[in-house]
Amino acid sequence: MKWKFAVGAAALAIPAVGLLGFGLTRDPGAIPSPLPGRLAPTFALPAFTSGAPTAQHPGPVPAVDSVRLASLRGDVVILNFYASWCLACRDEHPVLQRVASRYVGTDVHFVGIIYNDATRAALAWLNEMGPLPYPSLDDPGSRAAIDYGLYGVPETFFIARDGRVALKHVGPVTDELLATQIESLRAAQRPDAPKAGSP
Amino acid sequence: MNGAIGISALRVALALSFVGAIALVAAARRNSAALRSAGFAVVYSSFGLVAIATLAMLTALISHDFSVSYVAQVGSRSTPLIFTIISLWAALEGSILFWAFLLFGFAALAARIHRKEPGHSLEYASAVLLGIGAFFLILLVGPANPFHVVSPVPLDGPGPNPLLQNHPLMAVHPPLLYLGYVGFSVPFAFAVGALVSGEAQDDRWVRGVRGWTIAAWIFLSAAIIAGMWWSYEVLGWGGYWAWDPVENASFMPWLTATAFMHSIMVQQRRGMLRVWNLNLIVATFVLTVLGTFLTRSGILSSVHAFTQGTIGYYFLGFIALVLVASLALVAGYAPELRRGGALDDVLSRETAFLVGNLLLSVMTFTVLLGTLFPLVAELVRGVRVSVGGPFFNQMTLPIIVVMLFLIGVGPALPWRRTDRAELKRRLLAPTGGLIVGLLLALLAGARDLYALLAFGFGAFALVSNVQEFWTGARDRMRAHGEHAASALGRLIAGNRHRYGGFLAHIGLIVSVLGIAASSTFKTEREITLAPGESVTVSGRVFRLERVWGRQDMGRTSIGADIALVSGGRVVAHLEPEQHFYESSDTPVPTPAVRSTAARDLYVNLMAFKEDGSSATIRVLVEPMVAWIWLGGGIVCLGALLALWPRRRRAAPALAATHPPRASHARRAARRVAVEVTS
Repeated sequence: MKWKFAVGAAALAIPAVGLLGFGLTRDPGAIPSPLPGRLAPTFALPAFTSGAPTAQHPGPVPAVDSVRLASLRGDVVILNFYASWCLACRDEHPVLQRVASRYVGTDVHFVGIIYNDATRAALAWLNEMGPLPYPSLDDPGSRAAIDYGLYGVPETFFIARDGRVALKHVGPVTDELLATQIESLRAAQRPDAPKAGSP
Repeated sequence: MNGAIGISALRVALALSFVGAIALVAAARRNSAALRSAGFAVVYSSFGLVAIATLAMLTALISHDFSVSYVAQVGSRSTPLIFTIISLWAALEGSILFWAFLLFGFAALAARIHRKEPGHSLEYASAVLLGIGAFFLILLVGPANPFHVVSPVPLDGPGPNPLLQNHPLMAVHPPLLYLGYVGFSVPFAFAVGALVSGEAQDDRWVRGVRGWTIAAWIFLSAAIIAGMWWSYEVLGWGGYWAWDPVENASFMPWLTATAFMHSIMVQQRRGMLRVWNLNLIVATFVLTVLGTFLTRSGILSSVHAFTQGTIGYYFLGFIALVLVASLALVAGYAPELRRGGALDDVLSRETAFLVGNLLLSVMTFTVLLGTLFPLVAELVRGVRVSVGGPFFNQMTLPIIVVMLFLIGVGPALPWRRTDRAELKRRLLAPTGGLIVGLLLALLAGARDLYALLAFGFGAFALVSNVQEFWTGARDRMRAHGEHAASALGRLIAGNRHRYGGFLAHIGLIVSVLGIAASSTFKTEREITLAPGESVTVSGRVFRLERVWGRQDMGRTSIGADIALVSGGRVVAHLEPEQHFYESSDTPVPTPAVRSTAARDLYVNLMAFKEDGSSATIRVLVEPMVAWIWLGGGIVCLGALLALWPRRRRAAPALAATHPPRASHARRAARRVAVEVTS
């Protein structure tokens, strides 16, 4: 046994093992997005429904015929992309319905945007699944979806008061995720209204 | 009860493995017969214990004992019995249990088969196998314990992953793969044993591991083919290979093992390549461990990935240990090994094997690079990249074409020296094949360079290898006045190694031709049809008759009845389906395939209207797909032929030049010759 050779060769294993070890710390399923921390892309889209009262929020919901993201600056916005053909969207639907009902009329605004879907199909789907207490927007030509770098549906963007994307969530949302994210964004200081105000 | 029996058996087996490994090493060092038999007793009894644990798990699965955590995870009362049994390997913990079962089974078998051979490599090899086994047992009593007690006991479970219960090939692919992967532990263990005991000096260990290597290689080849077939029959994309990291992980050890099977012939004949062969078998084993790591740790995204946990770090530690130990052993002992002979002639079979080895190694390295590059890129530049088909195709296609050429030339090259005129004569027919193959491909409309080369050199290699059978049988017919069939049979029986190898070549070429044809001449169309409407793909008319739905055990099936119409008559029905399992939202596609030697008609149901008013289907017409599976079968058959034991090992040189008749006198003469030469 030539020990010098043996030790030298064994040292060759270090980079290989290091590389694999590094790999273990990564999540291969994570889809990188440059958006978190940056200003959310603006949009102004027509609403095909203003939403409707739900079991948890039987009171009225405000009528809306279009939504401009810029005019919501200063408030917390939860932007949910969904589609009537998407199965995972069925899973998160009751969650959105339940949680959003708690925030109707507050400084937390839920907004739905349909992705690769027809408004007629989406309305039929909402009829079947039960109403959401917030507006759903049409996105002709998927412009907003492209701006947000959508990978699939459902995806949910949490937008802070300063207009920056705080978090992007891929896949169905859960009660816990929504509650913790919304409350921490809500607790943040309202930026100086006159400066950051209307565009 | 099942849980308690299982986990106790595993714990005892773990303790025994350590004791046994130490006893076996001590037995070899002190040359102690008592320690040696104690060590082997441990090998057998740990196998017995792991078998008991596996049996306990099977019992728990079949009796729906949901108090066992693994059963609660993958079992379901509505799953058919066959899928309940194979769910032994449907998830991480069960697959590791099955793995350990096979490993200890092989260790026991190796001890049984080789126990009478002189020297000490078996003790070391068994100790190595017990060590590897101990690693899997550590996983099983620790992070991958399948026998946790679940309380309160659930009434029913979710059932195995829908993808795994949708096709019977899933009963075949994983166990074959495990048999292949685990099988390579044995030649690796013997290589380590030969090094440590100093018996790598002579070439006997190579002869001993030949059978193990070929056996593991057959399993791995069959597993790869079965995996391709499953992907083709179930996933609905009409393809069979995607250079997915885990596919690559099974392909890399296959490449190095293929190289090893060829280069050990050079060592046996010429005493060359001693160190190279050690490296190859170590690389093969390390690549199987890497493959397991990639599937079990969730390090790369892949359809094969199991859910991850801390288990990745255990595997990382194991890989580190294996890498460090084997690199050190080979590098430390290699300088002491005798150097073998040198090449006598550039044109010789040795050269063909050397170049082939080189190409296989380059190919392995390329695939490894492509598989791990995303990790490297993320580490160095922090960006996410994916390496896909185009890279692998561009890098490997040229190598594959040259390999085809070598497979064609190899049989025509004798050992040591080649008579140029004889070589020309033997390459005459294959060259004719090359021209015919090229012309046929051109006529069929192939214009892609690599496709043309693959058809040309595929035909070249095919003719060359078939010619070996033809000339051999013809000579026998002339010399002994035998019938064609009996001449061929005796020719093959007389030298199974040689003709088994050629048969495996033929199978491989048939597969490659199938792959080349199906990927070059594929026609594909995706269309939405209403009942009564039809689509024409590659001259064939497919008409949607109706869309139907059905409730089965634990699943809902939606199917489209598609008629294949020819001359106004319905000649066949294809019924692609989508299966919805209760445990999952995503439907499992079930394409309908009509397969003939000439072409496959492949229809997949992509989407449907719930009222049955339309269906979106993808129709593919792919030539010669069946050749791939057929070729895979021939490959395994050929290797099996080469593996089939003789009563006594003959000196290969003798058998090659004098194919003996199966008469007692000859056999006795050969036995004497063996005694003299060995």
